[in-house]
Amino acid sequence: MQTKPVIQLDAIHKTYHTGEVDVHAVRGISLEIFPGEFVAIMGSSGSGKSTLMNMIGALDRPSDGHYWLDGIDVSTLNRDALADVRNEKIGFVFQGFNLLSRTSAVENVEMPMLYHRHRIPSHEQYARAMAALELVGLGDRAGHHPNQLSGGQQQRVAIARALVNRPALLLADEPTGNLDSQTSIEVMGVFQKLSDQGITIIMVTHELDVARFTKRMVILRDGKIVTDEIVPNRSIAEIELQRLRSEQQAVKLAS
Amino acid sequence: MRIFASIKIAGRALRRNKMRSLLTMLGVIIGVGAVIGSVSLTTGATKQVEDQVASLGENVITVFSGNQTMGGMRGGWGSAPTLNVDDALAIAKLPYVVGVSPEVRDRSQILANGENWNTQVMGESPDYPQIVNRNIISGAMFTDQDVRSLAKSAIIGKTVVDQLFPGENPLGQILRIRNIPFQVVGVFAPKGFNLFGQDQDDIVVVPYSSHMHRITTRTFVNDILVGAASDKMIDQVQNEITDLLTARHRSKEPDFTVRSQQDLMQRVSESSRTMGFLLAGVAAVSLIVGGIGIMNIMLVSVTERTREIGIRMAVGARAADILVQFLIEAVTLSAIGGAMGIGGGMAFSWLIAHFQHWPTDTPTVWIVIAFISSTIIGVISGFYPAWKASKLDPIDALRYE
Repeated sequence: MQTKPVIQLDAIHKTYHTGEVDVHAVRGISLEIFPGEFVAIMGSSGSGKSTLMNMIGALDRPSDGHYWLDGIDVSTLNRDALADVRNEKIGFVFQGFNLLSRTSAVENVEMPMLYHRHRIPSHEQYARAMAALELVGLGDRAGHHPNQLSGGQQQRVAIARALVNRPALLLADEPTGNLDSQTSIEVMGVFQKLSDQGITIIMVTHELDVARFTKRMVILRDGKIVTDEIVPNRSIAEIELQRLRSEQQAVKLAS
Repeated sequence: MRIFASIKIAGRALRRNKMRSLLTMLGVIIGVGAVIGSVSLTTGATKQVEDQVASLGENVITVFSGNQTMGGMRGGWGSAPTLNVDDALAIAKLPYVVGVSPEVRDRSQILANGENWNTQVMGESPDYPQIVNRNIISGAMFTDQDVRSLAKSAIIGKTVVDQLFPGENPLGQILRIRNIPFQVVGVFAPKGFNLFGQDQDDIVVVPYSSHMHRITTRTFVNDILVGAASDKMIDQVQNEITDLLTARHRSKEPDFTVRSQQDLMQRVSESSRTMGFLLAGVAAVSLIVGGIGIMNIMLVSVTERTREIGIRMAVGARAADILVQFLIEAVTLSAIGGAMGIGGGMAFSWLIAHFQHWPTDTPTVWIVIAFISSTIIGVISGFYPAWKASKLDPIDALRYE
């Protein structure tokens, strides 16, 4: 491919020195992800996928190897520089939504802009936060607090927050882990829509059903990549949603 | 440093927890309020005492004659006949002396209008009203001519007027002091009770010469009142009087004492300074207690909001951003607490002044001190929790339940 990769991992290792044994969580992963890709990183617990995600998310540095994010060698940066990279290049979506309680949706979405290296005027912060909420279909819920929103809506607020600084990469960690199947499909629909708009998305999950909505699947085992393939017969959220609805209808008629 | 963002974030965090914020501030509010309240009360009281001392006449130096011992019994100051009118006239010639009055005191029964009254009859010079800062509201002070001619003129206080001439104009009326008729030529402006509870209006003042020759027939005076040109001259004038009288009396032991109003003033301000130290101590203790309260709550808050800190770090907050956020929260709590304490203390002192009629006064310097020190306490007590928050690892913080 001629375009430059968003993410380039080169023989990444991560070793934790806890207690007496060294834990090799990641043992030499090399991976390239290009703009517009929608990748699922899969693996059972202990496969090293969380460790890999922390490093891709610039929350942690590899013990060995190099990691280029959007042309920057993240593996050499200090704490503050990592914080700036997270702010400008990465949008996080977590399993537990991780919204600030007793804080309105729009204020939650504004938060990353408060930490931007260049000061963003208040009215622009508000405008961008509102635009991000519109994008995930929650423009009319801007003033609601997280406890007034459903799980799916909260996760969409979190997605809006992740997008608001126009990151190079959207990083989702088990984004559907706390959601029921219908809401999960809805949230995956949001991701697919964003992917269609050209946003690069990496999603960590252990559910195959969820991974089937992505375009590329990377499977880890014992800190190494065992499979890296294009998703065959990719699920499309709209179709899945329709199927789910008709199934529910059938159950209702039967009973 | 994204200081505006940090202020915004801290403000939002405090507003999210209004009740807790208020309770945290309460320590500082009560501490600062108590300090401002008690400062207001003591300052008001001190000022009242100072005013009363000043009302005795500023820049007044009193020369008392020495004591004498008779048959083993020692009289107090003023009992020995060591000061005379010539001493007073000599003092009057000293530089920076603006008035001198040889003073003769005697309690006598006085008669007028068929009434009688026992009062303090004082012999003074025409300088007297000016030295002791007393006005004459009607009539006029007797003159040097009256002193020379042993005039039978008297100035009387309001209490004497009320007792002997109720409802009448006392001017021109005749007053008998030890059966010698004096004419009332003036009335002093009322002054009320002095510091020691004496009625300052219960007096009759006559020329010292008339007193010494007509009423008591003595050659020595009780004391000499001297008015200095300004408060800065008092020490110098005091020394010169001492030198002059020592030379005049040719005595080995000084047979007189020189005292000034300033000595009394000094004692008053000394006691108010002691009070000030005491208050500062109370202030320091209460602020430390308030600060510990803030530190405690901030530590709880940091632990409680570990996840929030993780989220903020994940979306790009630097360690310094987190530090500043929590520091600003602590400072905001203590500064608002301090301001509320100042307001509360002033309201309290106003209520006391209004309903108890105690004099109160809140010095601006104490308001400034209270505010600044409560802010500093916020910085000190907020620093450790804020530093702890900023050192959290984002991965651990995000995983915190």
